[in-house]
Amino acid sequence: MAFFRPRVPIGALEYSRRWSLRLIFLVTLVFLYAPIVTLIAFSFNDSRRNIVWKGFTLKYYERALQNDELLLAFANSLTIAFFSTLISVILGAMVALLLWRFRFPLKAPLEGAMALPIVIPEICMGVAMLAFFARVGWPAGLPWPLNLSSITIAHISFSFPFVAMIVRARLVSFNRELEEAAKDLGASEWEALRDVIIPHMRPGLIAGALLAFTLSLDDFVITFFTSGPETVTFPIKVYSMVRFSVTPEVNAASTVLIVITVCLTALAMWYQNRLAAKEKGTGK
Amino acid sequence: MNDSAAPKPIVSIQNMSKRFAGAVTAVDQVSLDIGAGEFFALLGPSGCGKTTLLRMIAGFETPTEGALLIDGQDMSQVPPNRRPVNMVFQSYAVFPHMSVFDNVAYGLKVARTKGSEIRPRVEEALELVKLGGYGARKPDQLSGGQRQRVALARALVKRPKVLLLDEPLSALDAKLREAMQMELVRLQHSVGITFIIVTHDQSEALSMANRIAVMEGGKVRQVAPPSELYERPSSRFVADFIGKINLFEAKPLGQSGAALELEVPALGRIAVPFSGDPAKVAWVAVRPEKLRLLRQPPEDGSLVFPGTVAEVAYYGETSHVLVSGPNGHGMTVNLHNGTQETPSTLAPGDSLCCSWAPEDTLLLAD
Ligand SMILES: Nc1ncnc2c1ncn2[C@@H]1O[C@H](COP(=O)(O)OP(=O)(O)OP(=O)(O)O)[C@@H](O)[C@H]1O
Ligand SMILES: [Mg+2]
Repeated sequence: MAFFRPRVPIGALEYSRRWSLRLIFLVTLVFLYAPIVTLIAFSFNDSRRNIVWKGFTLKYYERALQNDELLLAFANSLTIAFFSTLISVILGAMVALLLWRFRFPLKAPLEGAMALPIVIPEICMGVAMLAFFARVGWPAGLPWPLNLSSITIAHISFSFPFVAMIVRARLVSFNRELEEAAKDLGASEWEALRDVIIPHMRPGLIAGALLAFTLSLDDFVITFFTSGPETVTFPIKVYSMVRFSVTPEVNAASTVLIVITVCLTALAMWYQNRLAAKEKGTGK
Repeated sequence: MNDSAAPKPIVSIQNMSKRFAGAVTAVDQVSLDIGAGEFFALLGPSGCGKTTLLRMIAGFETPTEGALLIDGQDMSQVPPNRRPVNMVFQSYAVFPHMSVFDNVAYGLKVARTKGSEIRPRVEEALELVKLGGYGARKPDQLSGGQRQRVALARALVKRPKVLLLDEPLSALDAKLREAMQMELVRLQHSVGITFIIVTHDQSEALSMANRIAVMEGGKVRQVAPPSELYERPSSRFVADFIGKINLFEAKPLGQSGAALELEVPALGRIAVPFSGDPAKVAWVAVRPEKLRLLRQPPEDGSLVFPGTVAEVAYYGETSHVLVSGPNGHGMTVNLHNGTQETPSTLAPGDSLCCSWAPEDTLLLAD
């Protein structure tokens, strides 16, 4: 008697089959990504004004590449991100090791204090940094890479807690018997750290480094308070360009930044997934 | 008690104790001498302090009191990486990011062994544990048993004076475990290194070790070769822990010649050959395989436990017969199928006598 397949009633958890939920999903998607898609699309728009589509062009990318101030800002950002990442990873790893390995008085307060830069509002951090550097009379007007030191220090102060948290979480899964086995075979404290503990920490270090790099590269608020006229970073430069007018050149520059951060994040996620799959495979 | 130890002990533990924070006494006044070339087992129930004792020998725990000498040298100031002992960990602790070869070579590299010497020694060690040709593999490409052999090779390549093994077989399945037991004994014979193995499996200890220390609550209760431990346990705990045994409370009455007279509620008044301190005797015991089942009480001076068959359990090679006697006492009898009264002729409810020779009776302290 069944000429057509009877309609299966929608199950409680089959969200994707409910029209109302599909609509909400779609609207969310539009609100989240439409601005970004527009930004990227109009960076290829052959028009001074960001309003109507006139045709495809790469000339604003060319123009961005010829804008020396923009390039300097970009170089500043990369330099700051590089040094801030390097030092954050070393500092974060050492803090994680300290908190994992040793028991000492005031350990709990220290652990809490370490997470403070993560929860303190960025604007307060920025003001605090500004006050701090003014107070200690941090030298200004130094030659090129050195004039970035105050921004780099500010970036380290909010990046390394993230690294420390990631590495700390990684260390939880470390089998202490591995360290003991190394020592049992004749390794000193330092050799056991180098040959057994650090290799185990490596995924955490890499994930932490990628995070620290992206955090530094796109930080605006804290950098805004610590940068001077000579030390403009990429986000600050984009902001100052936008204050005059939103040109396709700004779009082009922003697109480059988006691509870099998305690539780094994707790399971090891919690396973590690969590692998770590998560890599941060995049944550890 | 230590008569079978070699004259010069390689490991000498003197009055060693370990108390953890929170007043846990994990090891309590242990003294042991372990001779060179011995296959020594530490046996005991979970939590009795075996691992703690082994870790103190390796140097990962500091004794609260007492001394440890390895090959005559005091170890109190020697860190684990300079002790002439190596350990096979319960989790094997094979370095996951190194190949099998690098795992085995690690101990030689950190000891600054000449580069040209490392390869032949690693290959020899891998041959020894039958892993020749596996050098390039990563630990995650090995089975549990193979990973354990890597841990073994990694320790043996250092040519330690003593090899410590913490429950090395507990993660393996029954068949592989049996094979590895034989393998370990073979290996120990061929390398001649002293092995100290921790186990909570009494049959493993009995079949592998040439001497066993039975521990309970941090104390060593008895140290003896396997057969002596089984035939002549010194206490109720050891007798009960090693193999199966029928135990009855007893009250010593007095020595009469070479025999001790006892009042045993389950058996009445009995006399058993005994030399020792009667005041310590609190239990009489008899192993199930020493018992005969008879329809009539024997006339040859054997001891007798009358009762009725309560249950017959068939195990292929043997049958276990549970005989219940007066006042709710019970006795388990192991029969070899086909050689004695065949259990098929036994039925629950049959009236019988369990009987055994007086010299097979064990008198035990508490
Ligand atoms: N680091 C520690 N801190 C506090 N107590 C401990 C510590 N290590 C072991 N203990 C305690 O010491 C006792 C002996 O532990 P140990 O690990 O030596 O037992 P074990 O005989 O090896 O047992 P198992 O057969 O279960 O491995 C236990 O009661 C345990 O809880
Ligand atoms: Mg243990």
